[in-house]
Amino acid sequence: MTAPAEAVITVKDLVKKFGSFTANDHLSFEVYRGEIFGFLGANGAGKTTAIRILCGLSVPTSGYIRVAGFDAFTEAEKIKKHIGYMSQRFSLYEDLTVFENIRLFGGIYGISRKAIRERAEELLETLQMQAVRDTLIGRLPLGWRQKLAFSVAVFHRPGIVFLDEPTGGVDPITRKQFWEMIHASAADGITVFVTTHYMDEAEYCDRISIMAEGRIIALDTPAALKKQYHASSINEVFTRIARNA
Amino acid sequence: MRTIGFLIQKEFLQIFRNRSMLPIIFAVPVVQLIIIVHAATFEMKSIRLFVVDHDRSVLTREVCDKFRGSGFFRITGYSDLDRDGEQGMKQREADAIVVFPADFEKQVSMGRDARFQLIVNAINGSAGGLIHAYTQSVVQDMNHNLRKESGLISMETRPQQIDLTYTFWYNPELNYQTFMVPGILVILVTVISLLLSGMNIVKEKEIGTIEQVNVSPIRKYQFIAGKLIPTLLIALFELAFGLGVGKLLFDIPLEGNLLLVFFAAAVYSCVILGLGLLVSTMTGTQQQAMFVSFFFMIVFILMSGLFTAAENMPDWAQWLNHLNPVAYFIRIIRMVLLKGSGFTDIRPDLFALALLAVLSITLAVRRYRKTV
Repeated sequence: MTAPAEAVITVKDLVKKFGSFTANDHLSFEVYRGEIFGFLGANGAGKTTAIRILCGLSVPTSGYIRVAGFDAFTEAEKIKKHIGYMSQRFSLYEDLTVFENIRLFGGIYGISRKAIRERAEELLETLQMQAVRDTLIGRLPLGWRQKLAFSVAVFHRPGIVFLDEPTGGVDPITRKQFWEMIHASAADGITVFVTTHYMDEAEYCDRISIMAEGRIIALDTPAALKKQYHASSINEVFTRIARNA
Repeated sequence: MRTIGFLIQKEFLQIFRNRSMLPIIFAVPVVQLIIIVHAATFEMKSIRLFVVDHDRSVLTREVCDKFRGSGFFRITGYSDLDRDGEQGMKQREADAIVVFPADFEKQVSMGRDARFQLIVNAINGSAGGLIHAYTQSVVQDMNHNLRKESGLISMETRPQQIDLTYTFWYNPELNYQTFMVPGILVILVTVISLLLSGMNIVKEKEIGTIEQVNVSPIRKYQFIAGKLIPTLLIALFELAFGLGVGKLLFDIPLEGNLLLVFFAAAVYSCVILGLGLLVSTMTGTQQQAMFVSFFFMIVFILMSGLFTAAENMPDWAQWLNHLNPVAYFIRIIRMVLLKGSGFTDIRPDLFALALLAVLSITLAVRRYRKTV
C-alpha cells in the first residue's frame, strides 16, 4: 500500500441488533480500492450479518456505512449496482444451464444480449468449461459451481465483490484455484471482501480483520499480525487471540 | 423492460423444464371438466323410494307406477309394515318413504280427500326439498287423472284454475352441465394462477436463489412483473384449452364474444396472481404458502356462487362477496358465454375486478422486500 489508499468501504460504529442480541457491536473499518480484505472469525461471530448489511440485504440498526460511495441506509439500491455478491448458500438456479444463469444475471445488471454472449464465451474459455455451457448447474460438481457463482458475481464487472465463505466444503485443489481467480479479479481492480473461517486462506489476503462475538478484535496485514502475536501462522494468531478474548 | 424480458425468459425455462408441469397443465383441465361437471349435479335422477302400503289396492299400485314413470324415482322396497320402511331409511337403502293408509282407495272412491304420507331424508336440505317437489308433481298429475276419470270435470264443478306457461331462457333444456362448465373453467384459472404464483417466490426463498436477485439492482415491480406475466399467459392458455375441451365434450354454448371472456380472464387472473405473490412474499416455506392459498381458495370458491346461488346468502356474506374475485368472474363468464352479454353488461363486475387487481398487485409489490 504505497499509493494514497482510497476507501471504497467505510464503516463506523456499525451496530446490528436482533432483538436483544447484538450481532455486530460497533464495527469500524475501511477497505481500500483493489485490495483483498479478509473477514475472519469463528462461526456465529457476526461475519455474515456484516456482509449482508454491506450488500444492502439487511438494514443496520445504527452506524455510518458507505459502500462504493453510497449510504447503506438511504442508497442501498445504488450500492447494489456497483457490487457483486456470492452467498454462503449456493444461489444460482440449479434448474437452469450454465449459460442461462450467466445470461439471466448479466441481463438483470443491464448488459446487452450480445455482450453477454461474448463475455460468457470468454469466461467459459477461461474456466475451461465450454463443454458444460448447456448443462444444468445442478448436475455440476460443487467446486465447479462455486467457481461459476464467483464468475457470475463479477460478470457485470462491479467495483467491489463480496464473498461469503466462498470455499466452504470445497476440496483443497479447487480452493487454490478459487483463490487464483480472486487474485486475478483483484489484479483487474475489483476490491474483494471475503469472509472465511479457513485460516490458511487468510494468508492470501492483503489485510484481515478477526471478529469474535460481534466485535473486531484485530485488524492488520497478515504479516503484521503474525509479528505482533509472535506467531508463525494466522492460525496461531487466531488461537492466541481467541484464548485472550 | 429489458430486465423483465430476461426474467420472463427465465421463468418459462424453469416452468417447462419442470417435468411435472406439462401433465398438470394439460391433465388438470380435462380431469376437472370430466369429473366435476358430471359429478357435481343437483339433479336427482334416481331417488330411492320405499313404499309402505297398508292398503295394497289398485290405486296405490297406480300411484307407484306414476312414481316410477316420472323418471325421478326408483322403488327400492315395498312392504306393509312401517318398521320395514324405517329400516330401509336407516340402512341407507331409501332416500324417502311413502306411506299409504289402509283406507286410501276407499276414501278416493267415496269421493273424499285421501292422504298419504311422504317421509324424506333431509340431511341434505336442498336434496330433501327436491324430493318433495318431485313428489308434489307426481301427486298433481294423479289428481288431474282422477278428476278426469271420475268425470268431475263438468262445467259446474270444475274449480277455477290458473295455469302457468313458461320458457327457460339461456339454458332451455335446464342442462346442468351448461351451467357448470363455465364455473369449472373459473376454478381452473384460479387453481393454476394461485398455485403457480403462490409457490413461486417462496420457493426461491427456500432454495436461496432470491438472495442473488435481491442483491442486484433489480426493481421490485420488475421482479413481480417477471413472475406475473408468464403465469398469466399460462392461465389464459389453460382457459383456452378448457374452453376447447368444454365445447368438444359438453357442447357448451359460446354465445358472447370470446375476446371479452379472455380480457376478463386476464384481469381476473391478475387479481389471483397478485394475491398468490402476496402470499408468497409473506410466507417462509412452500408449505405455509400452500395452506394460506388453499384457505383463500376454498372460501372464495364456496362463496362464489359456483355451487349455490350467491343471491341466497345472508346480507353480510353478500357484502363480503364484494371482495371475492371468484364471484365476479363466475358471473361474468356465465353472462358472456351463456347469455351473450356484451361489455356494457359486465362493466360493473369487470371494473370491480380491475380494482381488485390493482389492489392485490400493489400490495404484492409493496410487501416484497429486498431486505430482511
